Parts: sequence; C-alpha cells; structure tokens
Amino acid sequence: MSATVTPPPKKVNHIGLEVLQYKGGKTTLCAGCGHNSISERIIESFYELGIDPYTVAKFSGIGCSSKSPAYFLGLSHGFNAVHGRMPAIATGALLANRTLMGIGLSGDGDTASIGIGQFMHLIRRNMPMIYIIEDNGVYGLTKGQFSATADLGSTLKSGTPNNLPPFDCCALAMKWGATFVARSFSGDKKQLNAILKTAIAHRGLSVIDVISPCVTFNDHEGSTKSYAYVKEHEEVLQELDFVPSFEDITVDIPEGEVMDVLMHDGSHLRIRKLQRDFDPTDRFKALVALEEAEAKGEILTGVLYLNTAKPTFLELLDLTDEPVATLPEARVRPSRTVLDQVMDELR
Amino acid sequence: MSTLEVSPVESQPGQPSKPVVNDFSIQIATVNGSGSQTANSVLMRSLFQMGIPVSGKNMFPSNIAGLPTWFTIRASKYGYIGRRKEIDILVAMNAETAREDVMKLDGGAAVIYDGPLKLNELRSDLHFFPIPFDKLVAPVCPNAKLRKLVRNMIYDGVVARLLSIDMEEVYKALVKQFGERKAKAVDLNWGAAKAGFEFAAGTFADGVPYRAERMNSTAGKIIIDGNAACALGAMFAGVTVVTWYPITPSSSLVESLIGYAKRFRHDPDTGKATYAIVQAEDELASIGMALGAGWAGARSMTATAGPGISLMSEFIGLGYYAEVPTVVFDVERVGPSTGLPTRTQQGDLITTALLSHGDTRHPLFFPCSPEECFSMSIEAFDFAEKFQTPVFVMTDLDLGMNNWMADPFPYPEKPINRGKILTAEDLDRLGGFARYKDVDGDGVGWRTLPGTHHPKAACFTRGSGHNEKAQYTEREDDYINNMDRLVHKFEVMRQHVPEPVVSLAEKARIGFVAWGTSDYAVRESCDQLKAEYGIEASYLRLRAYPFTGHLLDFIRRHERVYVVDQNRDGQLLGLMRLELDVELIAKLRSLRYYGGLPLDARTVTDHIIAQEGK
Ligand SMILES: Cc1ncc(C[n+]2csc(CCOP(=O)(O)OP(=O)(O)O)c2C)c(N)n1
Ligand code: SF4
Ligand SMILES: [Mg+2]
Repeated sequence: MSATVTPPPKKVNHIGLEVLQYKGGKTTLCAGCGHNSISERIIESFYELGIDPYTVAKFSGIGCSSKSPAYFLGLSHGFNAVHGRMPAIATGALLANRTLMGIGLSGDGDTASIGIGQFMHLIRRNMPMIYIIEDNGVYGLTKGQFSATADLGSTLKSGTPNNLPPFDCCALAMKWGATFVARSFSGDKKQLNAILKTAIAHRGLSVIDVISPCVTFNDHEGSTKSYAYVKEHEEVLQELDFVPSFEDITVDIPEGEVMDVLMHDGSHLRIRKLQRDFDPTDRFKALVALEEAEAKGEILTGVLYLNTAKPTFLELLDLTDEPVATLPEARVRPSRTVLDQVMDELR
Repeated sequence: MSTLEVSPVESQPGQPSKPVVNDFSIQIATVNGSGSQTANSVLMRSLFQMGIPVSGKNMFPSNIAGLPTWFTIRASKYGYIGRRKEIDILVAMNAETAREDVMKLDGGAAVIYDGPLKLNELRSDLHFFPIPFDKLVAPVCPNAKLRKLVRNMIYDGVVARLLSIDMEEVYKALVKQFGERKAKAVDLNWGAAKAGFEFAAGTFADGVPYRAERMNSTAGKIIIDGNAACALGAMFAGVTVVTWYPITPSSSLVESLIGYAKRFRHDPDTGKATYAIVQAEDELASIGMALGAGWAGARSMTATAGPGISLMSEFIGLGYYAEVPTVVFDVERVGPSTGLPTRTQQGDLITTALLSHGDTRHPLFFPCSPEECFSMSIEAFDFAEKFQTPVFVMTDLDLGMNNWMADPFPYPEKPINRGKILTAEDLDRLGGFARYKDVDGDGVGWRTLPGTHHPKAACFTRGSGHNEKAQYTEREDDYINNMDRLVHKFEVMRQHVPEPVVSLAEKARIGFVAWGTSDYAVRESCDQLKAEYGIEASYLRLRAYPFTGHLLDFIRRHERVYVVDQNRDGQLLGLMRLELDVELIAKLRSLRYYGGLPLDARTVTDHIIAQEGK
C-alpha cells in the first residue's frame, strides 16, 4: 500500500510548545508601528526561553501601546486596566498569586504623565514583573499630542515645537531604586531580544524603555522619536548575549572583555562593552552616562543598570509559598476557638 | 477651694425629688491629646460592668493635640444607646469651651469642673462641684510629666462617688484597659481615681439627682467599635489581599485587621502570612490593587472614606463592567471635600450607589451595629465573588470609631462561597467557556483565574466593549446585550441582598425608612412618639441596596413615610426616587439631619410633631 507520509517534525521549544502558541490576536495597530515589533520580540523571547504561558499574566494601561497585550501570548490571561494605573492592577494580581510572571505594557503617556505616581511606587516596591514603556514621544491613541518624554525642541506634525524638557524614564527609574533598567529601540531585534530575556530572568522589577516610533503621528522630520532620528543618534552601549540556564556557555571570549552576570535563575547575561567604559552595576556612573549622552544628543541603548541582590516586595511581605488567592478555607478562616478568644478579650 | 458650692436641689422647679436611676448622660469636655481617653473608657466600662446599657460617643477635632473634644456617655436602663442631646452631668476640663458648655445645659444639670474656672458664677440653676485637680494629682503622681494624663482619672472618682458607681468596677475597668502587665499604670491611675472619690465624699454632702444601680442587661456582652468588628468580619471571611490608604475614619479598620491578622493569620508551621496587607500610595492605587487581586482570585478589600471613594470612581466602573469582585468599606464622614473629617454623616450614599461614569450600579450593605459589621462583612465577601462585582459596606464615623455594646459574634457557619470559577479539569470537561455568557440565567458568567493550566483558560479582561467571549467589540447589539445582562444580574442581586428589618405598628398611619446608625434615634423616637404624643409609627430599616419588595409593601401600607437621612440633600430619598413609581414617591417625606453629630431621637420626634401637626 501507499507509504504513510510523516509530516516534518514541528519546531518546538524546550517545554514542547511551538512559536504559534506564543502568538496573540491579529494586531489592530498601524502598519509599521514600533509597538508591533516589540510584540514580536516578546513572542520570540518567551518562546525561546520556554516560558509556560499559563503562568504569565499580561497587564496594560490605556493607549495604542496598552492594546498590544492582546497581540501576543494568547494563552495567557490579560488585564487591560485604566489609563496610567496598570501598576496597581498588576501589584494586586501578583500579591494574590505570587507564582504568576507579570508583564506590563505601557506607553510614554500612560507612564510618564497620568501614571507617573504608580510607576514610581511600583519601582519603589521592586514588584517582580516586567514593565515595558513603548516610548514614541506622543499620545498615539488620542492622535498625536506631546507626551512628557518628548524632547525639547522636537516638533509635532503641525510644526509646533515642544518647549518643556523631557522625563528620562530610565534615569528616573534608577533614581527611584529600580533593579533592572534598560533602553532599547523597537528596530533593534537582537538587543531587545537579549534585554527581554534578561528581564524574564530577573527576579525584581525590570523597567525597559523601548523607543518605538509612531509612524502616524511622530515619524516626520523634526521629531526626535522618528525611525530616522533614532537610527542616527542611537549609541549602543554593549553587545548582549543571554545564555539561558538550560544551555551551556559555549562561546569562548577572552577574559576581561566580557562581563558575565549570573541571573537569579541560573542564566547568564554576557555583556561585551562597546566604545565606552560603562559598568551597568554602578548606578552612579550609569546616571552620569545618561546625563552626558543627553547633553550630546545621543540616545544610549543597552543594559543601563542591573542589581540582582535587592529583595522584592513579595519577599518582604513574607507570604506563603502558595498563592494566597487559592488557599483553602481551613487556612484563611481562623477557628472557632480564635473567635471565642477575641470575644473574651472584648468583654 | 474646698468651699461647698452646691446650689439647692429641692427648690428647682420640675426636678424629681427622687434620684433618676440608670438614665442619664455624662459629657466630658477636654482638649484632645490630654489623655482623657483612658478615663472616659474606664468610666463607660464601669457602668457596663454594673450591667447598665451604655454607649460612648467621642466628638473630636481633626487635630492631634490642643483642640476641644467632647466625650458623651449615655446610660439607659431602657437600652437606648443612640445619642441624647440633653446632658445631665458635665465634666468641664477645658477652660476654652467651659463657658459655652455650661450655658448650653438644661436647668438642674450638674457641673464637675476644675476649681479655678469658677464656673459657678455663670448660672444659679445648676449643681456645681468644683474640684482642685492640680492639688489632688500632685501627691498621687510624683512624676510631674505624667500628671497631665493621670489628672483625668480624678473625675472618674468624683463621678463614681456622685453617681454611686462601685469603685470596685472602676478598678476592674482600669485593669481591663491597661492589661494585667501594666500594673504600674493601673496603680497610678487608681490612686488618682481614689483621690477624686475621697475628695468628693468628704466635700459634697449632697450628690446629684442621678444614680447608677446594678442591673443585669450587659451580661456576656462585648464592647467594640464598628471598625474592629468589620476587621474581624474580614478576617473570618478569609480575606487574603487588603490594600488601603490611611484616612479618618476608616484607618482603624485596617489597623485593627493588621493587629488581628498578625496574631491569627500566619501559617502555624512556617510562620508565613496567609494574607497581604499593603499600604498603597493613594486610593487610585488601593482600589486598583484590590481589583487586580480580586481578578487573580483573592478575597480582596480596601477601606476608605468619602475622599477616597471619589478617587476610586474610574476603577469601580472597570470593576463593574469587567466584573471583578472586591469589597470596599466606606466609613463615611462629613463632606464635601475635606468637610468635617472627624464628624459623622451618611453623605456618600448616592455617589457610591452609582459610582463611576456611564450606567453603573453597585450593591451596598448597610450594617447598623457591630454585630452586623461582623456578619455583613463576611456576607459581602461571598456576595462579591458570587456576583463578580465590587460590593460596598457602608458604615460611618459614629459606628466605625465609637465604642458600642454588642452581643458576642457568632462563628460563621456557612462555608466560604468563592463563586463561579472554572478549573483546568472543568475546562477539559466543558471544552471551553465564554467569560460573559449567562449560562445559568442569573446574569453571572463563569470565570477562570490567571495561572490556570489549560489551553482554553486564558481570557482578556478589559474595560472596553466586549462580547460574551470577552473579545473586543464596538457592535451595537453586543454592547446592549452585555449591558442588559448586567441589569439582569443586578435584579438577581435584589433577591440575595440582606433583607430589611421591619417593625409594623398596629394602627400606624406613618412609617419611617432609615439605614445604618439612624436606627438608634428612630427606634427611640418611635417610643417617644407613642409615649408622649400617642402617635404610632412603623419602621423599616434598610440593610442593603438594591432595595427589595419589602420597601414597596411598606410604603403602600402607610399614608406617609418619613425617609431619614443624615445628609443635607436627602440622598436615600433621592435614590428611592430613581427607582419607585410616582404614587409611592408621593407618599415620601424627607427627614434630614446634617450637623455632623450622631442623629438623636429628639430631633426625629420634633420633626415628626412639626409635620404631623400635633
Ligand atoms: C482617564 C483618562 N484620561 C484620558 C484618556 C485618553 N487617552 C487615551 S490613550 C491616551 C494617551 C496614550 O498615550 P501613550 O500612553 O503614550 O500611548 P500610545 O498611544 O502613544 O502608545 C489618552 C490621553 C483616557 N483613556 N483615560
Ligand atoms: S497611532 Fe502611532 S502609536 Fe498608535 S498604532 Fe498608529 S503608529 Fe502606533
Ligand atoms: Mg505614546
């Protein structure tokens, strides 16, 4: 009889899932929007690291950027909160279930204006989750007003220049005590992939500011967040190689050129310095470098700061190992004797 | 100083010649931060221990030290524990308010005061008892720094002597107050109380026309404030995530909970917490965290007051529309804005019932006593998860922060109800689910929790338009269907909220409708109306919103129904207007008090008499 045709084996990651299972719904964002590239990098990095999508919870605020969790990790639960207040929703969810891996998507408006307070406090608590700012210097969803990350002198499509100085969310995050801070560009696949993987491995809060051009409202000449401008002014700090815990370190690089950071989960981030003497474990120097770059009109990208030692908020709370949300009644309702004791004290 | 300054008692017109037993009120006027709280609690507790029904109300300023404070203790053998306007015994410790306090008294009242204030010169129709506080405190409290605090205990001794309160009970109350371990504090205060007692015994031949006598109406009862009762309710409801931002009068709710959870909610084996309590950066965050936690499957709560409710508005709309359970405790205070932050009001009713933009409606529970604070808090957590929506437990400063007598709380017998949650096994069996589909006819869909290990478990929760499958939609029919299901869900809630308490008077033509702490004044007023004017009145106490059919029946039965509100605009009446038919609305009359003090029976009675023309 005819020979049975065996389909070619599907390509799967180390937990047996295909890349398709990390995808989400079809994007409704503009073609060419930087946010779409970021979604692709998220799909790729979660797939490559073999993260169990059932343990992931996606969060966002409001904006074009905040819509994107619907376009990746379709097997994970998601919560689209209100404008600027995704950190609160994420914090509550992670308190309820500490075994979830949280990933939050926000915009520069969502983070640096309406949400700046919650952003600061999320950092202060070192809530263990990934926080991505899809930074285009404008409010995309409300059609192109300046945001608080717009550079001084950058113009709107109408030609109106911005006359207020920008917030540098990375510098502020470092100042407020963030434990992993990186800046990338939606067009830099390799760098963003390595940064996302590092964030997945990091046990505290990861703040990633990704310059993500808005092709519809902020990609013109005069804008400092256009593809062309960013390509021209980007200063890549390092070459990054992320080596997951389940892979052997094979590449042999001579000592001294590479800094090897051991992550909490056993993986390694290998950082090869480019151009300048920059140490991402030295917060003070990193802040100085950002100041200098700003003065020169450069956009520094790469890992800006990494601290693997600081405890997370969940560790400080000393919660049970299991999620408190689903503890059985016997462990959350004290006994009759306890009530009797309390009543006695009140007599 | 030690001269007798008691004015003649017998000659007072209208004064009873025999002392009034177990029916009086004492007001202590001090400045806050002077440590009078101990003396006041001990005095109240002493009466309680003698078996006499008591209530204590603290009227304090929004300030840490130095402004006037009044504490009123009412003893009533009839069991009336609402506020009483008339003061029988004034303890005037605050020079600044003493004059006004004295001028406000009805003739025949007694004034215990700090001798140098010379209050006896103000009126001749009162009984004056000057006490040399400074002279008495020095020998019993050698440490000059402590004298300011200990001095207050002297008036406890004086009052005990004048009212024949058993000093044994004062001592017991002191031990209760400080605990067995603080023997030094007990001794010091006891010395002061005794000094006051002895001074009064040796100085004043006549007492006051009031007397405390032992009775047996408080046996087995507890004393607790409503906030602590809510905290206990939350703990026994199995709350797991608590988020808050400090605000009077709700702070002590969470602070009590922190205290109890530390003692009773740590795993006996590991010592680890089976709960998280987080002080958020503001109420925008505290409600967001509570909703995030509720979404992830926790029993979550937050506690706040009016200003916090205002800030929570947008998130509550999300909770309503995305159908996320949480419990919000609103301990109301006087608004608008900062208002009178340390005074009581029922000012958040309409805002809260309809909180947030668009068509929203929320279930509200109205406890009126510590017993109900406990039981309704437990019920609120079940209700929130059963109906997947934010539930508000509405109390006020009077209930939340004052000490109340209560029956000991019964242990919750009903097992915890976590509502409709699908597990991975359920999904295997069902092959999938649609988050917002009304499969059971009660308007409530089934939900899955993040972390559920199943390819069909994921769901995207959003505040934007969504269909049954939780997918984004802007379609007219999807929107209308979803909003109509939410209305249906609200109608089903109507069958499950705590029912009102109704007491029908036989021939009553009028009735009262009230909620929360208005209860005490209304019940006492019903008795006053009957005893003093021969007017019968029925009474329905609402225990929840949405309203139930009982309310409609009650209004139909009566010619006129007085809707009692502790706010300026008649908010309960307003809320009823939104829902009732015109012929029922026509029967409603508004009875409002909004001065910031707990409502008293006489105010209610006077209003009715003015309206009913007797
Ligand atoms: C409370 C509130 N105010 C205003 C808005 C309107 N709004 C929607 S998105 C947005 C700005 C989004 O900008 P950004 O976060 O930078 O996202 P982008 O669209 O640029 O990705 C605003 C102001 C809102 N949704 N909620
Ligand atoms: S408007 Fe801008 S930010 Fe929004 S989707 Fe289009 S390109 Fe992206
Ligand atoms: Mg933007």
